Amino acid sequence: MKDTAIQVKGLQKSYKQLHVLKGVDFEVEKGNIFALLGSNGAGKTTVVKILTTLLKQDSGTATVNGFDVATKPDNVRQAISLTGQFAAVDEILTGRENLIMIAKLRYLKNPRQVADDLLKRFGLTDAAERKVSTYSGGMRRRLDIALSLVGKPHIIFLDEPTTGLDPEARIEVWKIIKELADGGTTVLLTTQYLEEAEQLADRIAILHEGRIIASGTLAELKKLFPSAKVEYVEKQPSLEEIFLAIIGKKEAK
Amino acid sequence: METAKKHFFSDLGVMLGRSMRHISRSMDTIVTVCITPIAMMLLFVYVFGGAIQTGTDNYVNYLLPGILLIAIASGVAYTSYRLFLDKERGIIERFHSMPIARSAVLWGHVLTSLVSNAISVIVIILVALIMGFRSSAGILPWLAVTGILMLFTLALTWVAAIAGLSAKTVDGASAFSYPIIFLPFISSAFVPTNSMPTVVRVFAENQPVTSIVEAIRALLSGQPVGNDIWVALAWCLGILIVAYLFAMRAYKRKAA
Repeated sequence: MKDTAIQVKGLQKSYKQLHVLKGVDFEVEKGNIFALLGSNGAGKTTVVKILTTLLKQDSGTATVNGFDVATKPDNVRQAISLTGQFAAVDEILTGRENLIMIAKLRYLKNPRQVADDLLKRFGLTDAAERKVSTYSGGMRRRLDIALSLVGKPHIIFLDEPTTGLDPEARIEVWKIIKELADGGTTVLLTTQYLEEAEQLADRIAILHEGRIIASGTLAELKKLFPSAKVEYVEKQPSLEEIFLAIIGKKEAK
Repeated sequence: METAKKHFFSDLGVMLGRSMRHISRSMDTIVTVCITPIAMMLLFVYVFGGAIQTGTDNYVNYLLPGILLIAIASGVAYTSYRLFLDKERGIIERFHSMPIARSAVLWGHVLTSLVSNAISVIVIILVALIMGFRSSAGILPWLAVTGILMLFTLALTWVAAIAGLSAKTVDGASAFSYPIIFLPFISSAFVPTNSMPTVVRVFAENQPVTSIVEAIRALLSGQPVGNDIWVALAWCLGILIVAYLFAMRAYKRKAA
């Protein structure tokens, strides 16, 4: 077996009458960015919850970092970190206090140092002493991801990391995710934005009505469709490009 | 599993520190759990007190146990509120996906409730002392009073946990406490029950607050406590056990 970080086989899950996952299979290689693409209600969050030991599957198996999520949840939790759909940060604490709290819960030797380093890395040093309730959406998300990096977990789960963010903040989050993967961290992210998957992912799996209906690299997915037609189109800039150009963030592309 | 157990107390300490910060930074919480009961005590002693016939010469002595129970009942409403927010905002999920002792998350809230209510009870007793509250009780009766109050807090905290974990809205999370805060008014906490109409009196004399208030009052004034203390303990323990079982079920279902 090659370097597999996550392996999912025949995963099924129902909530009462609702059959959410009907047999999901996929693998994520170590150090890859893997995007689980799907519309709302496709079951993306359910997959993430099972892989992060928050939910038990009805059948099928899932291993994370070599450990079965159902039988060895403690080992799995040692290796992972979850950034949920809504920024799970403590609003009443300051940014620094949030980081110190998580560092203490991960039993790190020097929580303050860890917090300072991450604040710096995520551009939150100036806001470190402010209550998180005063943060913007983008800052919250950055802190949220910073909290997930405390203790340097091998595998990071990001459930719709850019939902609700403005374009600037979204590009910032993309940059962070790319840096993570460059540093060797495995990233599984869910998204409903096609562009996000296209921009970030080494491999993409499309989850639709409880099953993976297609997966592979972007190039492989493109091959599934008839070859590109050549058309002459006058290319108008998208509103996003205009917006970013105006606010001087064009280099991010 | 072993590492998780070993870290339970360290995790619990982090959780306690976190929610105590929440309390100390929330003016609203401090006003509700401390200042409101004190204001009520001032109101009853200096406005209504002169007209209330309790058969005791010192109305503060008579009133204090009931005020303490009201303070605790409004205090646990915030436990419910904090638990609800943690559940809604995904904080519990974040903690549960980490290699920590999972039970420390819920017990952290319970411990916070005990500590914060103890602080407000102490502050209220200090104010009562300034207002003329005097007790002839020795160490043992005081310990008994402490025990009853802690048991009462713990019982209500588990009721609060059920509400916080199963509520759908913020309002719903703390609404359970209104009837509990109201219960002392229909008891012997403010006035003796013998002036009440029969139906009300039967209710007042047989609901938990009356026995708890009577037991604490007797302990503090050095009177024989009689049956009240056993009835009070039975109520507290009964509520505690039932609420704990339901809260744990709600916790396993909702958050785990």
